[in-house]
Amino acid sequence: MATCHGDTNCGKPALLDAVSGAILPSSRLVAVVGPPNSGKSTLFNRLTGLRQRVANFPGVTVEHRLGKAQVHGHFDVDLVDLPGIYSLSPRSEDERVSHDVLYGRMKGLPRPDAILLILDSTNLSRHLTLAAPILSLGLPTLILLNLADDLRARGGKVDVASLSASLGAPVVLISAATGEGIEAVEKFLAGRIAVPRPVELPILQDVPRCRQWARGVSESAGYRRPAPPEWSRRLDRVFLHPIWGPLIFVIVVGAVFQTIFTGARPLMDGVQALVQISGAWLGRLLGPGLLKSLIVDGLWSGVGSVLVFLPQILLLFLFIGILEDSGYLARAAVIADRTMARVGLQGKSFIPLLSAYACAVPAIMATRTIENKRDRIATILIAPFMTCSARLPVYTLIIAAFLPDRPFIGPLLGTRAAALLGLYVLGFVAAVATARVLKSSILRSERTPFVLEMPPYRWPTLRSLGLRVTERAQVFLKRAGTVILGVSFLLWMLASLPLIHGVPPPIEHSLAGRLGHTIEPVIRPLGFNWKIGVGLVCSLAAREVIVSTLGTIYGMEPGKDDVSLQHALQRDLSPAGAVSLLVFFAFAMQCMSTLAVVRRETGGWKWPAIQFAYMSALAYVSSFVVFQTLSR
Amino acid sequence: MQLSFRKVSGESGLRSLAELGHGEAATLLHLDLPHDFANRLMELGFLPGSPVCAAFSAPGGDPRVFRVEGAEIALRRETALHIMISPAPVAAL
Repeated sequence: MATCHGDTNCGKPALLDAVSGAILPSSRLVAVVGPPNSGKSTLFNRLTGLRQRVANFPGVTVEHRLGKAQVHGHFDVDLVDLPGIYSLSPRSEDERVSHDVLYGRMKGLPRPDAILLILDSTNLSRHLTLAAPILSLGLPTLILLNLADDLRARGGKVDVASLSASLGAPVVLISAATGEGIEAVEKFLAGRIAVPRPVELPILQDVPRCRQWARGVSESAGYRRPAPPEWSRRLDRVFLHPIWGPLIFVIVVGAVFQTIFTGARPLMDGVQALVQISGAWLGRLLGPGLLKSLIVDGLWSGVGSVLVFLPQILLLFLFIGILEDSGYLARAAVIADRTMARVGLQGKSFIPLLSAYACAVPAIMATRTIENKRDRIATILIAPFMTCSARLPVYTLIIAAFLPDRPFIGPLLGTRAAALLGLYVLGFVAAVATARVLKSSILRSERTPFVLEMPPYRWPTLRSLGLRVTERAQVFLKRAGTVILGVSFLLWMLASLPLIHGVPPPIEHSLAGRLGHTIEPVIRPLGFNWKIGVGLVCSLAAREVIVSTLGTIYGMEPGKDDVSLQHALQRDLSPAGAVSLLVFFAFAMQCMSTLAVVRRETGGWKWPAIQFAYMSALAYVSSFVVFQTLSR
Repeated sequence: MQLSFRKVSGESGLRSLAELGHGEAATLLHLDLPHDFANRLMELGFLPGSPVCAAFSAPGGDPRVFRVEGAEIALRRETALHIMISPAPVAAL
């Protein structure tokens, strides 16, 4: 008899003689398992919606997602989304993690009570090989054949009942993207699905025999392979064309770059205006005094300076989402692979490095698509060298203060634009050189084989894009509300203490000022005085903070008083010192958010520490050499 | 280096996947690669005895997309050189 959920009326008898494999209401953890590109994440997103979070397993870089699925309003089920795998033999880190979780050997996670195995129905003879090891775990398992709509449209078919009988587990055709057939999952979790008699499945170790078994099973279930995806081939004829391919690639990359730079401008200005207006309102509400200084000038403007980047980051993730979901990202990686291979990296490093031009934080999160651990860490380590948008205000200020705007190459490129371009090139060269050094020393690996499956092209769904962007917004806002808030508080304390007669002292006598004086001997050989020193200390939190800090030191409102801030800088910094400062900002690791995200993504303090030390040393030495050479 | 390789492989009657031109297909014979990596490729569909077809490539021909049963996989030339195929062509996938 089928096991029924207490108050549910089972009605019709089960199709087949069922066993006690159905899920009881007491079950809690359900694992979602499937090969890469089977639509696993789409299914997970459909089942959990926004009630999910990303987590890392202890000691490994493989991440997993946990979410809650509501089953018929009765009870919540915890879902864990495991990495995409082809087999359970623990070879790669992904497979090891899945293996450990499914055997209940993963620390901090109980053994799952049931499994949702998702397979691509258009690729059945290949994906079915995973069914044997999963089913032999003996856990209640529902097999979901995804992309049913694709299968039908391309003339394929499969007899689900016959497949179910020969596998000894319930099988349903679904489409995770459209939601077709998805109610079967709910029925399964509620214990209202017919479970066939279990079947002894062969335990096959080598791949050819697994494949043979899978082919036999799918053939006996009347499986007809769908016709090749004509549209994908037609699109590949264009996107991987020897001439059009690279051209489209450049246009796509250029458009993404342009949009996150200029398209995001109005939105960023809007956020900035909102921050200022609300800050002013808050200031009036609090009245003058220490509290206003702390909350408005310290915390709110500190958090606000980071919030400004939110539109840019969300836009970037929207683009990455469109590129990835549509299938173009895989083609872009193929096109970029040769170029990236020259510096010892691979095609999949390309998008993260491109993203780093906006901000290193999303770039480092985007390295998750790189399976090879060493390549991934190398990409993480070089990403902060790319000229991120936080460097722009600093570069603009210093260049404007020291370089008159004259035509440089014809009327098109002025000296200032050329200098800015030069700084972009400098960051890129540093990244490439570092990649080479890393890949030939501590991160040397056998030239990692590049193997990339080309998924068929499909339209990205609004639902999945929306989820991606919302998830990133949450991560970003959470950080702004914790790390950035804490750092802003610390910086305010440094600049406002010790109080003299109950009011903050002039910056020169504050803790920050004293700190600036203390480090002056160290930074003097770079051409910086104590005021720049204060700026450098404060910009450890985030690069652009130096602009507002210098504004505070010189007693000016940055933005309103750009020109006078430039004049003040000219008095304090020699031209050689200015170049040295630019070089310092190009190389130094002044970003708490980046360090925090590197720690999270690499699972420890080792890599962020190495990165911080390396970048700081490089910045110091380069600035030293530049200043000493130029001021001679 | 490429020439000598062709000569050696010509004598044994074997060709590597890298020699397959766009749109050509052949039967895969064996993978001359480390065990784990060979297994991974087999899981993706590069199975001895199955047909494999060369499709589009990045500019310059490297990496190239190969069609195997049910999948399209991009491989670098350095990998394709170690995958041996039958000398006789077969019908494209």
